[in-house]
Amino acid sequence: MPRSTIRVVLIATLLIPPLHGIAADTATLVQTIKAVGREGKGNREANQAVVELSQQDVSVLPAVLMGFRDANPLAGNYLRGAVEAIADRTLKAGKPLPKESLEKLIRDAEQDPRGRRLAYELLVRVDDSAADRIIPDLLLDPSPEFRRDAVARLIVSGEKSLKDKAEDDAKAAFKKALSGATDDDQVKVIAKQLKGLKEEIDLQKHFGFLTSWRVVGPFDNEGLKGFDIAYPPEDKLDLAAKYEGQKGEVAWDKVATDHEYGIVNIAKQIAPHKGAAMYLTTEFQSPAAREVEFRLGTPNAWKIWVNGKLLFGRDEYHRGMAIDQYRVRGELKPGANTILLKLCQNEQKDDWAQRYEFQLRVADLSGLGLPSQPVQATSQK
Amino acid sequence: MLFRLSILTIAVGLLWNGTCHGFGDWRQFRGNWSSAVELNAKLPTEWVDGDEPKNIPWKVALPGRGLGSPIVVSERVFVTCSSGFHQDRLHVLCFDAAKGKKLWERQFWATGRTMTHPKTCGAASSPCSDGQRIFALFSSNDIVCLDLDGNLQWFRGISHDFPNCSNSLGMASSPIVIGDTLIAQTENDADSFASGLDVYTGETRWKRTRPKRANWTSPSPLTDGSGEVLALLQASAGIEAVRPQTGEVVWTYKSGAATIPSLVVNSGVAYVPSNGLTALRPEEGKSEPKQLWNASKLGPATPSPLVLGSKVYVVGGAGVLACASLAEGQTNWQLRLEGPFTASPVAAGDRLYFVNEVGVCQVVQLGGEKGEVVGKSELKLGKTEPADIIQATPAISDHALFIRSDAFLWKIAEMK
Repeated sequence: MPRSTIRVVLIATLLIPPLHGIAADTATLVQTIKAVGREGKGNREANQAVVELSQQDVSVLPAVLMGFRDANPLAGNYLRGAVEAIADRTLKAGKPLPKESLEKLIRDAEQDPRGRRLAYELLVRVDDSAADRIIPDLLLDPSPEFRRDAVARLIVSGEKSLKDKAEDDAKAAFKKALSGATDDDQVKVIAKQLKGLKEEIDLQKHFGFLTSWRVVGPFDNEGLKGFDIAYPPEDKLDLAAKYEGQKGEVAWDKVATDHEYGIVNIAKQIAPHKGAAMYLTTEFQSPAAREVEFRLGTPNAWKIWVNGKLLFGRDEYHRGMAIDQYRVRGELKPGANTILLKLCQNEQKDDWAQRYEFQLRVADLSGLGLPSQPVQATSQK
Repeated sequence: MLFRLSILTIAVGLLWNGTCHGFGDWRQFRGNWSSAVELNAKLPTEWVDGDEPKNIPWKVALPGRGLGSPIVVSERVFVTCSSGFHQDRLHVLCFDAAKGKKLWERQFWATGRTMTHPKTCGAASSPCSDGQRIFALFSSNDIVCLDLDGNLQWFRGISHDFPNCSNSLGMASSPIVIGDTLIAQTENDADSFASGLDVYTGETRWKRTRPKRANWTSPSPLTDGSGEVLALLQASAGIEAVRPQTGEVVWTYKSGAATIPSLVVNSGVAYVPSNGLTALRPEEGKSEPKQLWNASKLGPATPSPLVLGSKVYVVGGAGVLACASLAEGQTNWQLRLEGPFTASPVAAGDRLYFVNEVGVCQVVQLGGEKGEVVGKSELKLGKTEPADIIQATPAISDHALFIRSDAFLWKIAEMK
């Protein structure tokens, strides 16, 4: 090897930072941040780690963004703080961001949606064509934010086709858009357009609303005390049983809804009970074991059990109702899963406090509705 | 006499959190002492000439909605916003107060529930500062602490830790700093509590169970007769005065209070939206304050009452401004203003500034027999979905008024 080459290699070795050392250090800092927990646990260490991480070279960004995997929601925000600090400092210094690495990470659906989305937000700051290049590929992405962007583009495309009198193209664009849409504002726009194009839309199915239930009650909730009382359906679910209810003997009955947003209206479909607690149950078939979200909307107090396990409850009345108002994570087992809902009404006499209703759907963790289907069936998610 | 006492209280209070409030700082909802008063500020009375703006040095677009007030620290303006269909993207922005240049922006993901009534949003609480750090509480009960340069100090997800601490209508209480403790009321119908957090780490110093009822009022500092600064926690049940470091209750007022307009303190007396308006003076060694007076017809609507000089000013439900004596609560005069109002009024010198929801600001001159509207200016709101609206209480700093809507932040100041 010529002496000049050896000199260049030696100088380069001195100038190039020890990549392995930096990577290890970055990994340690990311792990320290990911250890942050409830009630401020690990805050001091995470704070120090963010300070150190924020000072690192922009080349660590991909590693930090990949660190979002398995990061709890608190740690995700700490990591975000460090990433934004590194990116701002780099851009202010007139230095480039690692565009290729960022795009590679964005396109890797195995990475955490938060890290990928943050990588995208950095990339579009320095690459004007990134959105056009990337977003159309992400219609069914695990990230709801990417999906929303992709759906928005298809809505614009469909509306343009409509304006150009190309109805088939419009229909195709809106149908495609619906396949990735979970935000209700977008779904409403798409559904209106498709209905105008004489297309049938099944929103119950699209969102995965549960529409057929067994119901029993009322049980006593005067003085709001019934929320904490475990009436017999909480101990044992027996659809043939009869119970002593608030106003006499009660038995399980059927109730179903054809409301397109799956709203079961107890006040109208059963009775406008006041100071009452009702139980509702249904079965959900899952082809495999998986973690899902039970997404509930109700203006009433409630508790939810899945396969006998209490997942969550909330003692709040008449503070509004919306689709996906509450998101409760739970596990499904393969085959039949039993969902039990307790819904309580208070005794307020105001006009606005008479609603006694709910809507419940099963969704994947990104909000896509899941159909109830038996083990043998093929998942069509 | 009352005015002198006010000055004395302010002088003592400048030392309360270890760092003097810099001249011109407006560090929390209704200013450093939650009084909404800046006696030395000289503000214009109008900032529109016909359709042309005047006395508006700058206006900047914001990336999201917000009801939280701007705050001003060390010649920088800090604003919070929320954005996204679910209002789950949380923003903290910093602008140069002189020129309106954006110095930095940080974003976070909400970890708690973000559903709110459509009129409000994720950024309903005003941020606050101890002069070194910015503390931003959002409707999702996420608390972000940043230094003045935007470096993340700590992050707490109160609803992440306690998932039943939320309100489907949205949360809106604004935290305050006393000493080195951040005091936040996260009160609702289910898991309702207030917390004292270490400003350096975000760790919980104390957590106190509070009435199980939705509450949007903000804590206020009160310096008692011994010179101790207490945090007054208002709720439907009344008032609890707590030591900021420990959460220990010093005294309690049990006759109920409003859950939207917040009390105001002046010269050691709390003027509480309770059964109308009730004046309370804490008494040393006693577990209940002395009621000085009650005025049943002085009940404030959404805006909080304001004390200036020897008067208390209250905006009622019909947008009628009432002026009453501090000594007895007797109404001296009334003046109908153009509402509707969500923002609380602020005072500069001997003028009151009222900004209504549609961007009309009315300036009321005091000093005569009756208040008089001496200026009326309309800020042109942006066309956003839902419609742009002003619900945030303005901030005052260095002879300038800072107003924010769901879409913009304005600086209003005399332009030569």
